[in-house]
Amino acid sequence: MASPKISLRGVTKSFGAKKVLQGIDLDVAPAESVVVIGGSGSGKSVLLKCILGLMQPDEGSIKVDGEETVDLSERGRQRVMRKFGMLFQGGALFDSLQVWENVAFGPIQSDGMAPAEARQVAIAKLAAVGLGPEIGVLRPSELSGGMQKRVALARAIAREPEIIFFDEPTTGLDPIMADVINELIVKSVNDLGATAVSITHDMASARKIGHRIAMLYDGKLIWQGPVSDIERSGNDHVDQFIHGRAEGPIQMQVRKL
Amino acid sequence: MSIPLITILGRMTIAFLAATGSVTAFAFHAVRQAVQPPYYRRQILSQILEIGYYSLPVVGLTAIFTGMVLALQSYTGFARFSAESAIPNVVVVSLTRELGPVLASLMVAGRVGASIAAEIGTMRVTEQIDALTTLSTDPFKYLVAPRLIAGVVTLPILVLLSDIIGVLGGYLVGVYKLDFNDTAYLRNTIDFLQFMDVFSGLVKAAVFGFLITLMGCYHGYTSKGGAQGVGMATTNAVVSASILIFTFNYFLTEAFFSR
Repeated sequence: MASPKISLRGVTKSFGAKKVLQGIDLDVAPAESVVVIGGSGSGKSVLLKCILGLMQPDEGSIKVDGEETVDLSERGRQRVMRKFGMLFQGGALFDSLQVWENVAFGPIQSDGMAPAEARQVAIAKLAAVGLGPEIGVLRPSELSGGMQKRVALARAIAREPEIIFFDEPTTGLDPIMADVINELIVKSVNDLGATAVSITHDMASARKIGHRIAMLYDGKLIWQGPVSDIERSGNDHVDQFIHGRAEGPIQMQVRKL
Repeated sequence: MSIPLITILGRMTIAFLAATGSVTAFAFHAVRQAVQPPYYRRQILSQILEIGYYSLPVVGLTAIFTGMVLALQSYTGFARFSAESAIPNVVVVSLTRELGPVLASLMVAGRVGASIAAEIGTMRVTEQIDALTTLSTDPFKYLVAPRLIAGVVTLPILVLLSDIIGVLGGYLVGVYKLDFNDTAYLRNTIDFLQFMDVFSGLVKAAVFGFLITLMGCYHGYTSKGGAQGVGMATTNAVVSASILIFTFNYFLTEAFFSR
């Protein structure tokens, strides 16, 4: 790999006595789409938040375009953040703002674009995710879950980021809407030529949007490889996960009655 | 195993000091962000409207009844030693120095402090605050600073209006119920009033406005754990703001008036 867009070395993070991340090494090449899979509570969200700087890792190095981002100053953080777009699990749309204001938020508040111009950008981005301009004047609370996800995607790509993160993009959607979102993700990532990191436990989604899959288990990445290799990973944990078996090396923390 | 009393006291002391420290750090960070550009002017204006304008009915009603009851109570007391002529002065000084700022701020703490905590708390648990950060917008600048500025600016205005409305309440009871001469009542009100009486009340109001919005923002910003967490943040915001108002009220009074 020439020079990775994102590079993690030995990233650890604990909450009290609970070690959530125990030394993560991960490289993501430019324009590559990596999907991190893993069970609930395996630390996938924490991993994303550490890369985004929403959480501070206890140890390790996180480089974006070769620049160390751990312990970055506030101003430096905002400059690096300019490269990122993020689709949150619940959408995280601002419910006090109209839909188009949500999409135009980054361009207006952070890039100083004039509202009239930003509104056109917002309408174009909404169209890119298959929503008409009439949706723009609604409130996020008036939209269905699938539409909220699409608006959130439009907001994530509004500033044409170099790197996009997707946090469980298909969770809570019906299979058809999930596939619509998957296709929109693939399309927008390709259109922008962006680097993508997604976390999910939806294998259909992972196969569709990822070039490469990494499995997070017990705070470590236990397997990485191209999507095509996932069926013959030779790893019992991966096999159990992708086939969704209750029996296997991964023991869910369910208390015995 | 029973825990000795001293252990409990020790834990409470440590928890109290930790909370004080984190509130102070939050306040310093918020003030620094509030005085540095960029300023979100639209946010500041909408918060001034929300905190100031929409609190007017509540604050006005509180003030008029406080003024009325002050006049009535002091009459029943002062009539015993024929000191009725002091009533207008008692009403205006009590209002401007103490009751105006304290009661208005308590009403605003209940109304605005709670809604700030609920709004910011919900934004926290639905990841909207994280979303702000990923859109290169500092949540302190966009959410916290406008509310603090609005609190400090609008509370003195609210209290000034509440002083006037309160005096009007006292006047109504004095003139129409207790048969004071209306000119004499107004003259007695104004003649003994000193600049410091009103000014100290307005300074208190600005401090209380800061405390109310700070508590709302702090508890909302640090809330976690879904609906229950937001509910707790709301309660804590109102309770802590109210206690801080009473505490700071004493020390500000001491700073202004004790010789």
